Amino acid sequence: MLTVQFLARYRESLQCESEQLPWQEQWQTVDDVRQFLIARSGPWTVLEDPRIMCARNQDVCSLQEPLQAGDELALFPMVTGG
Amino acid sequence: MSIRVQTAPFDPGAELNAVHAGELGVGAVVTFTGYVRDINQDAAIEELFLEHFPGMTEKALAKIRDEALQRWPLIGAHILHRVGPLSLAEPIVFVATSSMHRSAAFAACEFIMDYLKTRAPFWKKEHTTTGSHWVDGRDSDTLAAARWEAADKETR
Repeated sequence: MLTVQFLARYRESLQCESEQLPWQEQWQTVDDVRQFLIARSGPWTVLEDPRIMCARNQDVCSLQEPLQAGDELALFPMVTGG
Repeated sequence: MSIRVQTAPFDPGAELNAVHAGELGVGAVVTFTGYVRDINQDAAIEELFLEHFPGMTEKALAKIRDEALQRWPLIGAHILHRVGPLSLAEPIVFVATSSMHRSAAFAACEFIMDYLKTRAPFWKKEHTTTGSHWVDGRDSDTLAAARWEAADKETR
């Protein structure tokens, strides 16, 4: 399984806070999972955001970060704290 | 060396005094305080809501603080960030760095803020007189953070 969390604007657009995805062997990086989600079309195209950010197991990472079954992935828009 | 994420308001003056209290080796304390502005994107703000990612926020802030501690000879580095609903003019964030001499504290405070703005999982939502909207990230913040990485490459 892969746990995917959606935060802030993405959570609102998708009306989804978190989802458990059955692990797929062809997934290698964060971007593979992102493309899988975008392919659902409709509201999921919000993840095409060129400034999308992500975190693997609570650490900010790039879209090229390798993933493995059991990971927790978070997808979120550019941060705006401070 | 505190990292705090809280919904309660805070007093920046009291925070500053606490940073210096009992640290007799400190010759300089530099602080940054960010406040809720009354105008943003042409609409009057009634309230600001700060969302964060509870599983990750403190970890991300600690990582930024630790990087500052590695780069400069600091005596202390403190980050306090509010979450939840904030009213106009209230402080949002407080960063304090202390050192023997001013240059390390100045640079480290700016570094922490530049990295916080681009790497810490906070998102602002403005409730204005014309509706609510998420605040867009700014490219100028990304450029400010990238400056430190460029400086690293020059010194290598």
